[in-house]
Amino acid sequence: MTGPGADAGATQPLLTPPRPMPWLAARVVAVRPETPTARTLRLALPRPVPFLAGQHLVVRLTAPDGYTAQRSYSIASAPDGSAEVELTVERLPDGEVSAFLCDVVEPGDELEVRGPIGGWFVWRGDAPALLVGAGSGVVPLMSMLRFARRTGREDLLRVLVSVRRPADLYYDGELQGPVTTLAYTRTAPDGVTRPLGRLTAADVEPLLRDAATAYVCGSPGFADTATDLLMAAGVPASAIRVERFGPTG
Amino acid sequence: MASFTRGFTGRSRAPRDPRLPPGQYDAGSEWPVLTAEPTPRLDVGRWTFRVEGLVDTPATWTWDEMHALPGSTYEGDIHCVTTWSKLGMTWRGVSVDTLLAAAGPRPEATHVMAFSHTGYTTNLPLADVTDGKAWVAWHVDGRDLPVEHGGPARLLVPHLYFWKSAKWVAGLRLMDHDEPGFWERNGYHDRGDPWTEQRYQGD
Repeated sequence: MTGPGADAGATQPLLTPPRPMPWLAARVVAVRPETPTARTLRLALPRPVPFLAGQHLVVRLTAPDGYTAQRSYSIASAPDGSAEVELTVERLPDGEVSAFLCDVVEPGDELEVRGPIGGWFVWRGDAPALLVGAGSGVVPLMSMLRFARRTGREDLLRVLVSVRRPADLYYDGELQGPVTTLAYTRTAPDGVTRPLGRLTAADVEPLLRDAATAYVCGSPGFADTATDLLMAAGVPASAIRVERFGPTG
Repeated sequence: MASFTRGFTGRSRAPRDPRLPPGQYDAGSEWPVLTAEPTPRLDVGRWTFRVEGLVDTPATWTWDEMHALPGSTYEGDIHCVTTWSKLGMTWRGVSVDTLLAAAGPRPEATHVMAFSHTGYTTNLPLADVTDGKAWVAWHVDGRDLPVEHGGPARLLVPHLYFWKSAKWVAGLRLMDHDEPGFWERNGYHDRGDPWTEQRYQGD
């Protein structure tokens, strides 16, 4: 038996949320567009909710007739012990929840959230890691990178982001930095020498380090492409953690 | 807080389909892919399925041997903890009852750990995989099970949330106790009944 599931027992959760996890009233304190189709919501919770970089929260919406809809969204902010967190939401076609969060929600509104969810796609801030993302897949990676900067350990990370064009890049320059490589697929800013196109072995190979765990996040197609590249470059499947973002509305 | 979310009405909805458990929506023709590992490419020439642990005779089947067993069909719905459901599917494979009968569960067996060729694991009460409630399935809605959905074969336990239906399944280990599998160690419920919304540990 090899593979990430086999050694998952070594990953002891540092944080055990109350069980059952309660629904918390979260007040929207700020909204910020990231791209034409994505928006960050800053939420004030009634108390700090400890989480690890890479985890997500479930957001629940309730209609006047009692109908509810809930979806998971990755936390974009770094664990910092505060009672505020940021979620970034990509508006999906026909997205019942994502369209509401992107188009309707205003500061002052209340949402219900619970979490944190997910103990696998997490970076604890103490081991080398290669973060590979595209589209809204950069959201949990942003949390990890922000956490690394906050703790002065950006050196532990290498970040590889595939993005269609500059206007589609999340976080207004915050993803960029000494450990980040941007791979433009359609349009690049002036001065970029990398040929346009999807990720290749040439993008991945300079970023590989022994004993680093790879975190791959994006659409299923992107995740498969990226994991194939990593495995072709010699990264064992057991060192690759994947989060596939699907059209869950 | 307010008892409803300002401005949210939800999708325009006909009377709710009674096949949908609470908090689920009908994904229609979509079939999202949510897995935590690289997608493996498994060669059916070397594929095996094994029943081990607290059984009289541990048993292993090759791909051809598995296909020579009496077939079994599931017609119905599946429910993912991420809130999508797919309704009216048709799955074909072999009943877990057939596999267990060959191995002979010992009386003290109470739970199973399903394990995959990738190392993924998920735990289930034995009673949730017996009496016509579980399959090893390799055919869905008229085609071979695609690799991203667990092909060549996955466990199918459709009355529980779908992370229990281990993709790329390699076998079942019978145990005299419960212990958490992969997602269960990572915060998800040990049983996962969609009708009572057992999504996370403690629900």
